[in-house]
Amino acid sequence: MTVVNEPSPHPATEAPAEPLLDVRDLHVEFRLRDGVSQAVNGVSYAVRAGETLAVLGESGSGKSVTAQAIMGILDSPPGYVTAGQVRFQGRDLLTLGREERRKVRGAQMAMIFQDALSALNPVVSVGAQLGEMFEVHRGLSRKAARQRAIELMDRVRIPAAAQRVGDYPHQFSGGMRQRIMIAMAMALEPALIIADEPTTALDVTVQAQVMELLAELRRELDMGLILITHDLGVVADVADTIAVMYAGRIVENAPVHDLYRAPAHPYTRGLLDSIPRLDQKGQELYAIKGLPPNLMHIPPGCPFHPRCPRARDVCRVDRPPLYEVTDPGSVADAGGVGGGGRTSACHFWEETLDDE
Amino acid sequence: MGRYVIRRLLQMIPVFIGSTFLIFFMVYALGDPVAALFGDRAPDPATAAQIREDLYLDEPLWKQYLHYMGQIFQGDFGTAFNGQPVTELMADAWPVTVRLTLVAIAFEILIGITLGVLSGLRRGRAIDTTVLLLSLIVISIPTFVSGYVLQYLCGIKWNTVSPTVSPDAPLNELLLPGVVVGLVSLAYVTRLTRTSIAENVRADYVRTALAKGLPRRRVITRHLLRNSLIPVVTFIGTDIGGLMGGALVTERIFNIHGVGYQLYQGVLRQNSPTVVGFVTVLVLVFLVANLLVDLLYAVLDPRIRYA
Amino acid sequence: MPEPPHGPGQGPAHGLPPDPHTAVAPTGGPALDLASSEAQTLEGGQPPGGPGPEARVGSLWSDAWRDLRRNPVFIISALIILFLIVIAIWPSLIASGSPYKANLAKAQEGAEPGHPFGYDVQGRDLYTRVVYGARASIVVGVCATAGAALLGSLLGGLAGFFGGWGDAVLSRVADIFFGIPIVLGGLVFLSVITSGSVWPVVGFIVLLGWPQISRIARGSVVTAKQNDYVQAARALGASNGRLLLRHIAPNAVAPVIVVATIALGTYISLEATLSYLGVGLKPPTVSWGIDISAASTHIRNAPHMLLWPAGALSITVLAFIMLGDAVRDALDPKLR
Repeated sequence: MTVVNEPSPHPATEAPAEPLLDVRDLHVEFRLRDGVSQAVNGVSYAVRAGETLAVLGESGSGKSVTAQAIMGILDSPPGYVTAGQVRFQGRDLLTLGREERRKVRGAQMAMIFQDALSALNPVVSVGAQLGEMFEVHRGLSRKAARQRAIELMDRVRIPAAAQRVGDYPHQFSGGMRQRIMIAMAMALEPALIIADEPTTALDVTVQAQVMELLAELRRELDMGLILITHDLGVVADVADTIAVMYAGRIVENAPVHDLYRAPAHPYTRGLLDSIPRLDQKGQELYAIKGLPPNLMHIPPGCPFHPRCPRARDVCRVDRPPLYEVTDPGSVADAGGVGGGGRTSACHFWEETLDDE
Repeated sequence: MGRYVIRRLLQMIPVFIGSTFLIFFMVYALGDPVAALFGDRAPDPATAAQIREDLYLDEPLWKQYLHYMGQIFQGDFGTAFNGQPVTELMADAWPVTVRLTLVAIAFEILIGITLGVLSGLRRGRAIDTTVLLLSLIVISIPTFVSGYVLQYLCGIKWNTVSPTVSPDAPLNELLLPGVVVGLVSLAYVTRLTRTSIAENVRADYVRTALAKGLPRRRVITRHLLRNSLIPVVTFIGTDIGGLMGGALVTERIFNIHGVGYQLYQGVLRQNSPTVVGFVTVLVLVFLVANLLVDLLYAVLDPRIRYA
Repeated sequence: MPEPPHGPGQGPAHGLPPDPHTAVAPTGGPALDLASSEAQTLEGGQPPGGPGPEARVGSLWSDAWRDLRRNPVFIISALIILFLIVIAIWPSLIASGSPYKANLAKAQEGAEPGHPFGYDVQGRDLYTRVVYGARASIVVGVCATAGAALLGSLLGGLAGFFGGWGDAVLSRVADIFFGIPIVLGGLVFLSVITSGSVWPVVGFIVLLGWPQISRIARGSVVTAKQNDYVQAARALGASNGRLLLRHIAPNAVAPVIVVATIALGTYISLEATLSYLGVGLKPPTVSWGIDISAASTHIRNAPHMLLWPAGALSITVLAFIMLGDAVRDALDPKLR
């Protein structure tokens, strides 16, 4: 698990034009019987065409809920978007009508889910599930759609696609099923793909193949990709920038190299330190103490303070804003004057950054 | 698949024998068919002995049963005590009851599934609570009560339909009795559909279908319903026996000359060949319906493998 | 990602997601595994085998009871049932007359002061008869349910626990009883019995009702048998009898209670149906089914004679079915 090998072909600083997707101050809450769960509390992030953003966080950090809110497939009730904007290709999706929103889904913005076995309909053949995209969005006949489904299956390298197009999801292996999910997401060559833990349910050997396929297709089609994951290893190889989430907030946002080299938030540091490393064999592995907060009772001040080794009095009272980080070590921020696109929600980001 | 069908058919044999023997035992061993034949008159000993011999009534029960079954498989269901062959009674009665049952099933499917989908999609809202409560009330009203009440309201008070059914039982006259027969099952179908929809509506594949940008209608009909209806189909299939039992009561109320009516008359008059004959066919219908449901399962759910 | 199985006595027994503050140890899940593995060792220090299966069962029932107390459906149905039981035992509390005293001059007449429900075919006070009719329904319902539940859970429980050929035979026998529509079976079986008392009806319902309970009991015993704490107890050398009584039965009993409560309602309905068909209870027993049957031929000119006992019957059945439904919801929150 080492640091990345080559610089990304799409540095985040390149385009001043409006990003493909620009999420601003998004709030989502779940109104449950026992109270209101604040799942997402002011998340902002942006993805440009051709760029990969990794969203990192524990379960319950709000990373998947944010993605569902962007897609417009939040379970509602109980989930509601209470504030914020989701600007996609220049317009705010949250202000669109239901039908306009539906036409964006699948066609311009698609999603890949974690567990392909449950995410694919068990009683509909994979060919029909793939072809459906063309029938609904492109008005193709069932027969033509089936032909396109076979082409898609070929494209994601499923052997004997023409014979297997009528098979059902349970007849495929885990890796093949996830390929079908990927094929479904890119069927209409969308501008953005959100992949929610796309490899978590797979064997380690298959994980690499699936990630490779995803990265390759992303390059070919020049799509934006949001990769939701908890696996820091996956992130290092494919992401351009990383947004770390905790308790429904972004706590750190940074280009991937910078974050690995010098994290600016104690939570990120904790995550990095808890990765087993070959050169530190024999030492006890670090771990963040405690548990993530209950989203119905998020602690005051910095939500991470009960678990933070750096916490001081101010952390228990003042909620830190997203500070802009000046990082002299960064390629993008060579002068150490800011503008490298790094932010951190820690009052003591400077100390954290200098810490080694 | 073929082997599975054969295995299921073999499994049906002991159940068929057991059920029919049980009924046979109740009718022939617990009752006295000959005494019943003569009613209040004292039977002439010679005639009684003749009848006993004809019906093998002096043999042990299992021999009687074997004899009876042997005849049935040659198409001879015996003669009712009024001299009419039982097969003739069946030819008149079965089509009527089949029509009645079909009306009931159609009614269950149309209204039960629609209500179940509506309330399942709006779980916890007013319509859901209302449908759930109404279905409980409907389940609680015995068929003979709802039969009389609906007959009184529709047939007599509002005079919208004929309160009784004419002998050849045309379909339009069977609508109200069909509703009565199917009412309790309708409530079960509603509740089952509702539970199934409410469970499946949160399923991952529904979320995927939404993420694909499919219209809501298509998500529901093509993805949600196909998965949710599997248990409902099973219920309707296994409930056919229950519907026939309901026909017993309903046919009496509306004076329909179907299977239930014949059975009821047969039991009251201890007309043993009629009773055993009809019950045998009824058990057979029930078993075959169960088998068909199992096979239908494989069509609806490709994950089921029959080895 | 499959969740690791809950250890002994930890985690909620029902389907609610574990609250991070109260759950003893995190269940792993798709979390940052390394971060949470530490939490397991720091805070998950509950000694293994702490609160045993009894605590788990206890919390299931106390959670259910807390839910039930707040559920209006449960309160209403429980009050109705309580009332029915009281008047089944002491009908004279609310009906002073005799259900048999006939005044032919008043036959089929409607309500009048002192006789709120009017009179029946023979001029007997309908209100008194409806009140007295509760006894037969409650006795049949309660006795038949008790019998079927005892027989069914005993047979089903043993079959589920031991498996093998006994289990196979029991399943086939249950199939045979399922093959006979219950009303039809009752008609045939009871038509040869001349006694009009409640006991043959109770006996018949037990005879055809036990397979339903035994299937449920068998299923829940098979499920409970696979629980970790049962396996653990078995590994520690607990005897079969102890396993069944102390560990399995408390966990398997909930579904049986739910099904039996609902069955109680349907048995009352079945008794009335059989009495209506003339093969169940017979006069002089006072039964709603008999009164409805007698009134059915006069429905054109005196519908009240049918509607009052029919209403009482339906409300009684409804109360038991609602009670069973509420108990099931409370015991299994997933079904909501």
